[in-house]
Amino acid sequence: MSDDLILELKGITKIFPGVKALDQVQFQLRRGEVHALMGENGAGKSTFIKVITGVHRAEEGHMYLNGQEVHFKGPKDALEAGIAAVYQHPTTYPELTVTENIFMGHEFKKNGLIQWRAMNQEAKKLLDRLDADFKPTEEMGALSVAQQQMVEIAKALSTNAKIIILDEPTAALAANESQRLYRIVDQLRDEGVSIIFISHRMEDMYRVASRVTVFRDAHYIGTYDVDKITTPDLIKAMVGREISDMYPKPDVEIGKEVFRFEGMTRTGYFKDVAMTVHAGEIVGVTGLVGAGRTETLEAVCGITKADSGHVFVDGKEVHIKKPADAMKAGIVLLPENRQTQGLILRWGLGDNVILPIQDELAKGPFKVKNEKKERELSKKYLEEVDTKAVTIFDPASSLSGGNQQKVVVAKALVQDNMKVLIMDEPTKGVDVGAKAEIYSIMGDLAKKGYGILMISSEMPEILGMSDRIYTMCKGRVTGCLDRRDATQELLLEMSMEKGNNEKKEAAE
Amino acid sequence: MQQKKSFWKRLTGSREASLVLILVALLIVVTILSGGTFLTPSNISQIFRNNALTMLMALGMLCVLLTAGIDISITSILAFSGMTIGLLQKYDILHNTFLLFLIAALIGTGCGLLNGLIISKGKVAPIICTMGGMYIWRGLAYVISNNNWASGADVSGFSDFGKDGSVGPYIILAIAYVVFFIVMKWTTFGRRIYAVGSNAEAAEVSGINVDKVISLVYMIMGLLAGLSGALSVSIYASAQPNMQYGKEMDVIAACVIGGVSMNGGRGSVVGTFLGALFYAIVAKALPLVGLESIWQNLIKGIIVLAVVLLNVLTQRAMDRANLERREL
Repeated sequence: MSDDLILELKGITKIFPGVKALDQVQFQLRRGEVHALMGENGAGKSTFIKVITGVHRAEEGHMYLNGQEVHFKGPKDALEAGIAAVYQHPTTYPELTVTENIFMGHEFKKNGLIQWRAMNQEAKKLLDRLDADFKPTEEMGALSVAQQQMVEIAKALSTNAKIIILDEPTAALAANESQRLYRIVDQLRDEGVSIIFISHRMEDMYRVASRVTVFRDAHYIGTYDVDKITTPDLIKAMVGREISDMYPKPDVEIGKEVFRFEGMTRTGYFKDVAMTVHAGEIVGVTGLVGAGRTETLEAVCGITKADSGHVFVDGKEVHIKKPADAMKAGIVLLPENRQTQGLILRWGLGDNVILPIQDELAKGPFKVKNEKKERELSKKYLEEVDTKAVTIFDPASSLSGGNQQKVVVAKALVQDNMKVLIMDEPTKGVDVGAKAEIYSIMGDLAKKGYGILMISSEMPEILGMSDRIYTMCKGRVTGCLDRRDATQELLLEMSMEKGNNEKKEAAE
Repeated sequence: MQQKKSFWKRLTGSREASLVLILVALLIVVTILSGGTFLTPSNISQIFRNNALTMLMALGMLCVLLTAGIDISITSILAFSGMTIGLLQKYDILHNTFLLFLIAALIGTGCGLLNGLIISKGKVAPIICTMGGMYIWRGLAYVISNNNWASGADVSGFSDFGKDGSVGPYIILAIAYVVFFIVMKWTTFGRRIYAVGSNAEAAEVSGINVDKVISLVYMIMGLLAGLSGALSVSIYASAQPNMQYGKEMDVIAACVIGGVSMNGGRGSVVGTFLGALFYAIVAKALPLVGLESIWQNLIKGIIVLAVVLLNVLTQRAMDRANLERREL
């Protein structure tokens, strides 16, 4: 393939308050190629995409489109230049119809009036091209995540874009839907569209891409031909070290059952989910986005209401109607979104840590705040998790993601009746160094005899830290593997294929 | 996955259609209770005339609520613009009906634009910003008039436009509703208001100038409030600084009854019209069915809560139905 570049970026630096999200990165896209962009969470891929599409403006660097330098002032400029992006999280209008979602910003007009009929027809054509099984007049909010993703792709197609960026498009798709997407990508490439394909899944890259560029910790690492690089080399490029020293999983004697739930069901989210955790055991829960993992465990903890299900702690059934009931029973949840659910960012670290037990510490009939005791305790636990904070009065917002996560762990530890710790994506958005530290804290907790349930989409983390691994797909548990038997391929297969087979069997 | 919707399901599934059903039921009950004296031409025109201001401003409020905002300064803007043109007549500066309407509309537009800029550029919460406006414009109405009225005699020529029997208010209402119906459904500007309220971040990414849409929405609200100021002086043949005090809540209530979501993104011109009409009919019907006016607030409050609760329940049922369609 010749070096006919349609898009080139050089020396791009993007700074967010306190973080360098991109540091002197470069990228070259040839005309008509599918170029994979890979890297860990937080490596800067999404930010980079937003620089290309004009959502963010880079502090430094140059961007050339067809050899001409361009400066996009906003997303509209990028769209007009023929660059369309399908973002990781569908950026949709749930109250509006599919047609409107597709054509928002470039509607068909005649005499200033919108041509609904023509738009609906065109939308139907685009959806047919994608083999979609829903109508353009349906309300977006009524569609599944996978269907919404298709609408997003139809939207990119509708702009006749010359460059299409797909940001983790397969993350929410089942295997057969991914196959359909691969075919669409092939088809677009044959039509001369250039595609940037971001994905965590190796199979995506091998199936669709001809070249791959790797980012790590906001830096450009390299660009490789897909058929010339081996998987271990690619992982090393992404992670920056051999993967074995990332996961200090201790050998812990597995004790008796501490936590079990069964028959957890909530219409539309999950069905008949059961899991068990033993003392000293780290249990992984994996599956694709939208598999219902977070929803299930939030229901177990009383954050949302399940339609039915039973929860047992130490063999005794507990009735959980609200989060306080779960805490009383010794179940502590570290939520996926620590910034909104885990911490009060403006508060000091100390106040955050002791929040769950503030009432217990308080003195007298009027529950006067026991500041002295609060300070002592919060200091003790913050030291235990080794946060890099100067004082307990620093606001939580001043810490990096990894250190914030450690504060959330301290907040869990302070509840001394804790028996089970549920961690939802504990290292999401955390840099590599802090990740290893969080893993080592997890290991220590397991040694102390706590049961740990970890939801994670990152395969290496699941494989590296778990004693047992549950896979979920479309709201059901599709299997449970022992540490010894688990491989990435097997887990992926169970997260996708098995769920579909079961459904087929059920339908027959 | 696709199933044909039954006629009944389509009726109850659409907000507007179920409102029509409720309205018809209400009319039947009221007609029977009043012994057949309710649906007379004079009563019907009274309903529109007495509620012209609410109905007119409800259109602007629809746009504001669609962007997940709120405007509680509207009756203060109404008072300020109404008082201004009242004084212009009282001191014999201007008596041209068209120009007076234009001035009132311009004053309202200016006030609304200010709201819009403070909210969009200053990132001030809409309820706080318009609360400030609520005190300021009402206060200005008192200051410029020195707490005096413009009486019926002062505005005698101008009040011909809105007097009982004149078609003026009806024409303004009809034009406004037709224009808004078209704008909200068939122009990109209208759809952008929906987009901003549905998902502002996505709107920004699709290249929509969110700040501009928000500014314009409050400006339109102000324009309608200003027009309503002139209409109020004309209909009630006087201008006083406390006019329509507290009625902004009626406007919001009409929208809410009409199915406009306070969270943005959901609502329609037809629904707004039906909501305002429903509210107006209830107000008119209460005395006819033997309930004194002291009951009005109580009944209105109950109706608003009942309708909103019903709305929540239907929405929940719809969400549930959508979830059940997912295959697990």
